[in-house]
Amino acid sequence: MRDVAVIGVGLTKFGELWDKSFRQLIAEAGSKAILDAKIEGKDIDALYVGSMSSGRFVDQEHIGALVAEVSGFSHLHIPATRVEGACASGSLAIREGYLSIASGINDVVVVGGIEKMNDVGGSEATDILAAASDQEWEAFFGATFPGIYAMIATRHMHEYGTTKEQLAQVAVKNHANGVNNPYAQYQSPISLESVMRATMVAYPLGLMDCSPVSDGAASVVLCAAEKAKKYTDKPIKIIGSGQASDTLALHGRRDICTLDATIHAAKMAYKQANLTPKDIDFAEVHDCFTIAEICAIEDLGFIEKGKGGTAIDNKITTMDGSLPVNTSGGLKAKGHPVGATGVAQIVELTMQLRNEAGKRQVKDAKIGLAHNVGGSGATCVVHIMEAM
Amino acid sequence: MEELGIVSYGAHIPRYRIKAEVIAKVWGKDGDAISRGLGIFEKSVPSVDQDTATIAVEAIRHALKRCTINPQEIGAIYVGSESHPYAVKPTGTIVGEAIGATPDLMVADYEFACKAGTAAIQTCFGFVKAGMIKYGVAIGADTSQAAPGDALEYSASAGGAAFIIGKTNVIATINHTLSYTTDTPDFWRRAEMKYPSHGGRFTGEPAYFKHIMNCANNLMTTACTKPQDYTYAIFHQPNGKFPVNVAKKLGFTMDQVKQGLMVPYIGNTYSGASMIGLASVLDVAKPGDRIFMTSYGSGAGSDGFDMTVTENIKRLARQKAPSVAELVADKEYVDYGVYSKMTNLLFLE
Repeated sequence: MRDVAVIGVGLTKFGELWDKSFRQLIAEAGSKAILDAKIEGKDIDALYVGSMSSGRFVDQEHIGALVAEVSGFSHLHIPATRVEGACASGSLAIREGYLSIASGINDVVVVGGIEKMNDVGGSEATDILAAASDQEWEAFFGATFPGIYAMIATRHMHEYGTTKEQLAQVAVKNHANGVNNPYAQYQSPISLESVMRATMVAYPLGLMDCSPVSDGAASVVLCAAEKAKKYTDKPIKIIGSGQASDTLALHGRRDICTLDATIHAAKMAYKQANLTPKDIDFAEVHDCFTIAEICAIEDLGFIEKGKGGTAIDNKITTMDGSLPVNTSGGLKAKGHPVGATGVAQIVELTMQLRNEAGKRQVKDAKIGLAHNVGGSGATCVVHIMEAM
Repeated sequence: MEELGIVSYGAHIPRYRIKAEVIAKVWGKDGDAISRGLGIFEKSVPSVDQDTATIAVEAIRHALKRCTINPQEIGAIYVGSESHPYAVKPTGTIVGEAIGATPDLMVADYEFACKAGTAAIQTCFGFVKAGMIKYGVAIGADTSQAAPGDALEYSASAGGAAFIIGKTNVIATINHTLSYTTDTPDFWRRAEMKYPSHGGRFTGEPAYFKHIMNCANNLMTTACTKPQDYTYAIFHQPNGKFPVNVAKKLGFTMDQVKQGLMVPYIGNTYSGASMIGLASVLDVAKPGDRIFMTSYGSGAGSDGFDMTVTENIKRLARQKAPSVAELVADKEYVDYGVYSKMTNLLFLE
């Protein structure tokens, strides 16, 4: 297997982008990444794009070829493939691109992730997202993701004494980080009190425990590591890539407070990188709801199971803590255009490892981890990256 | 400069009110949080025998009480509403007959969501300016609808205001008026649908804020004015937050806005909203005061008005009709059951 590096990144602002179309967003992120990598169309061997539900959000399927077209590459007839795995679609696209280079088939691959979610109303967006749960056993009976994650949260509270205040502190921390991310949907701090008092969505998750409905796109250019220096002085190597699956429905799991898919994907990535959780300097984790970040830091092995809430209290995961988590603002503050999220996490890792993250730069960042989840944990992808 | 503008005005607000917390309780919501979020504490409720026509008639009768105009000198009546009692058959003819202005009269009903009434002011302004009529009546009135449980239920209310436009004894000259209009589907009600639909958060930045900001800035450019030049500023008020935010963004202060901000205690009277705000300002205005108003109608557009109060306002018998403050204060609370009956949520017809 060949080593693979990121040689270019591109991001649109995340938010309610009423005046930008689906194709404008993907073209903006893609062209930024291509310019950043200083490559040309003829250099590109393949395109992969992650999107969860472009068909239901903007009535557009068949977006692999569309991405090639809006990038101005139709005449080059580049192989273009769309990848879907709910909210993990973006990192699945990264992994497909990664595998195609590692295998020796491709040298340079552009990966995109996109979702434009605001063109439908809030309740329809909730319904569309619920299609990533088990339709027969969950969505059909009215379960939505806030409700499903609320069940995880109440069980976590029951088992381990996690408090609503600890959940709220996750949102406060991620908003504090989002302040320093010019691409974030929310660039303003929020108070603990406002999170605690926010409109209840599904106990214990209030409105501010939930990531927003967002529009946005992200893109990275992957390259065989041996050729990366040809394009950039600062290639960032993917040293571990793991993926795992689990039951779609929450009730099928061994333990509803543990995402076994995270444990298995992380194990695969750590093994490949020959690292342990202690070696990770910072991480982007999938905080679609505040409880999800607490589960993630436990299941990734950073914190003992059940101690995630205490870790938040002890400020281990703040910018100044021993393991900064979600320096970008996470899904909560940066925004969560579902198909773009996994790619945007790789963009954040790359910017941190290039030492280009500005005010949110993690000091001496050497090794970063990205963790992207589909549904309530049926799909998980973990990547570990290091500066070359 | 020729004086052309508002000659008299009147408002009407149904006296029944329901508190936001009462509605919230029915739906299992936190009334305090909703009131804080929307900036609305209670809203007016039309009685079973009140509709847009009766509200329009009450408002213009109040306007006529304040002046000495012979209704036969009124050459046009335009009624703006999104809740005309009939789908086909005008509200304006009912108003014309009720005040004795028929039959030598131009009449039409207008609809442009919440700004149909200010569009009527512009029409009357044009006719008077052209010399085609002596007086024109522009009315904005609504008994707005909201589906039970919808976010709009906390705001959709009833009320209206009427303005007589002419060149004689003008109390406030209309110095400039213009509009900013695009096709933006943020809020709509299709034919034969009982309740409106809306685009949720899309009704904010790309709809309300974009149109009002552009209209307001274009108006100040045309009039060569700045926010500080105005004594009062009135903005369309679908809730208590939007008008305050847009005022801040444009550089107006709360001191300029508060006299025309009625929504916290009567809700959103739709076509009546900015016009009741203007009536409230005229209740207290003094000669020389300059008034800025931008309405907003979903769909979408904003009408802007730059006005100056004249010496004539001292001679207008303002006290002969109830002020907006008096109409707001004259109230009786109803519970959700009575509210359901009055707004026909029970489909009794």
